[in-house]
Amino acid sequence: MGRYSYVAILAFVMVGCLWLEVALRTRVFRRWLRLLLSIAPAVVVFFAWDVYAVAQGHWSFDPERILGITLPGNVPLDEVLFFVAIPIASILTLEAVRSVKDRWVVGDEPSRGDEQ
Amino acid sequence: MTYTQLAVLAVVLAVAADLWAFRTRLVRRRVFWTSYAIIVFFQLITNGMFTGFGVVRYDGGAIIGGDSPVSGPPPFLGDGRIAFAPVEDLLFGFALILLSLSLWVFWGRRGVQRTPVSGPPIWRRRGGPGGP
Repeated sequence: MGRYSYVAILAFVMVGCLWLEVALRTRVFRRWLRLLLSIAPAVVVFFAWDVYAVAQGHWSFDPERILGITLPGNVPLDEVLFFVAIPIASILTLEAVRSVKDRWVVGDEPSRGDEQ
Repeated sequence: MTYTQLAVLAVVLAVAADLWAFRTRLVRRRVFWTSYAIIVFFQLITNGMFTGFGVVRYDGGAIIGGDSPVSGPPPFLGDGRIAFAPVEDLLFGFALILLSLSLWVFWGRRGVQRTPVSGPPIWRRRGGPGGP
């Protein structure tokens, strides 16, 4: 798969979770602003970690298996896509569980107001 | 700091944010741990692909286990690795997952697109058994 190896793995993640939006009516993408506000801080924090880890040599990427687009901080674009894909997959999973287990409280239920 | 140290710190910070900064308390909720159990299963598969196919390599000086081998996959299990990936990746993943879920619930509590709520699944009729 060459340079698409990394993004192919991300595609596997997305295929594994996107169907939940339809089959379990998770309505995550209809709440796009909330999704965006949840992903953005995670991307910033983990991108910073990535910059440090790459600089320290904690991990490295096979240049033959990534897209080849490097962002400031020497982090491959593939990594940013990872930091977007994993939160989406996680939130879809949480909302999928809630779809089936509708009595399990998370704390943001409309009927429950703003109580602790 | 090593990857091991940073990974432990990240988990501590993510739990602290969940409990005290965002006050979402997901780590005390059944719905979170059920979701996490599903996510971690797939995480092990994707971690295994990233490291087993050699897309990502690790420095033995930064992790509990040794260097990723120059050719061929690292041990599937053992030498600080689970499914080819360093155990540190599980902590990294936990922190990323908890942070994003905590933010998601935080914004919902703040009234940002609290609705439309999730469910019911397509096989369950609205207002039917278990419905709203």
